[in-house]
Amino acid sequence: MQELIASEARHNIVIEVGGVPVRVHTSDRDFVKLLEKRYAGFVTRPERAEFDFEIDLAATGSDPEADVTVKRDARGWTFQRGDFRAEWDPAARRGRIQQTPNPYSMDSVLRIVHTLVLAGQGGFLVHAASAVRNGKAFLFAGVSGAGKTTISRLAPPDAAVLTDEISYVRREGEAYRAYGTPFAGELARVGENVSAPLATFFLLAQGPENKIEPVDQAEAGRALLTNILFFADDAQTVIPVFESACDFVARVPVKRLTFVPDARVWEMIG
Amino acid sequence: MSTGKRYVARSKQIAARRLGAETMIMSGRDSTLFTLNEVATVIWEAADGSTPLDEIVAQRVCAEFDVTPEEAQRDADILVEEMKGHGILVVSDAPIAAVTPKRAAQQGAS
Repeated sequence: MQELIASEARHNIVIEVGGVPVRVHTSDRDFVKLLEKRYAGFVTRPERAEFDFEIDLAATGSDPEADVTVKRDARGWTFQRGDFRAEWDPAARRGRIQQTPNPYSMDSVLRIVHTLVLAGQGGFLVHAASAVRNGKAFLFAGVSGAGKTTISRLAPPDAAVLTDEISYVRREGEAYRAYGTPFAGELARVGENVSAPLATFFLLAQGPENKIEPVDQAEAGRALLTNILFFADDAQTVIPVFESACDFVARVPVKRLTFVPDARVWEMIG
Repeated sequence: MSTGKRYVARSKQIAARRLGAETMIMSGRDSTLFTLNEVATVIWEAADGSTPLDEIVAQRVCAEFDVTPEEAQRDADILVEEMKGHGILVVSDAPIAAVTPKRAAQQGAS
């Protein structure tokens, strides 16, 4: 007998960033293909998934430039922007996303999920380029125009660029590790999916000569907190992020890197 | 009963950390970040709710910094009002029960 109600085919993909695999399910095969292309290098095996999200694709959405809101209630988290609305129950490790069929909405949801996961583990996402050289990772933070994209573009062949825009930092005991991310900036290129122990956090500035100077802890703390990505505004989550930033600058060398925008700057790094 | 003294205590709604000579304070209420300089840090760390502000100024600020008692008290009064306004310090004319968050107390005591 022909089934009166056909079950809808589901497709999924697991996107693993920073060792946190997130599986998304959708009925739209083309959207999965789009995500496979967008997150190439960060797609992993289905059995590794730690969190699952069902995606409901909507044909239309409103302003992706609108402010994002991230709220928590008894049922879990709700993230909302013009182009998506997501609900996530971390305890159940499941969520649902309503979004337009573009990968940028997915990107934003993933960033929020990762910031919340990391907030409880002493890590964070930060507006910074990062790269691995000689087995050590280096972060490069600065205001827009300070040189994140430039330092990434100038990286020598023996350096792996983790990202030119959003760096991923996890705490490992008393040390930190930086991971590659697919979150790209002006380079429009996903980072390499590798990781390494974090050696130095550089505050970038462009100037007439290449030089590295020490930065005191208070300035380092302010700079880091200014650049950490965080969306939720409840005290339960904000305060652990503050503590994480303070722990970080107490443990990782923070230096100011002033550089002339040419490849010689990398002679001082690594 | 008022003793004419003012008592100050760190709010529960914050996290604080000493970094070098300065103290960073994050308000859990609105995520605002505050930085206290060396003098303000001394007052902050002494704000235990049981030591009067004038005693903090006389015994800590004047002892550690080159400042006249009058100037130190005037600056401390302004600072305390500012911190109270931001909700990071509690001010009372009577001793205040211990309100210091565990973490801030640990850092302040270090």
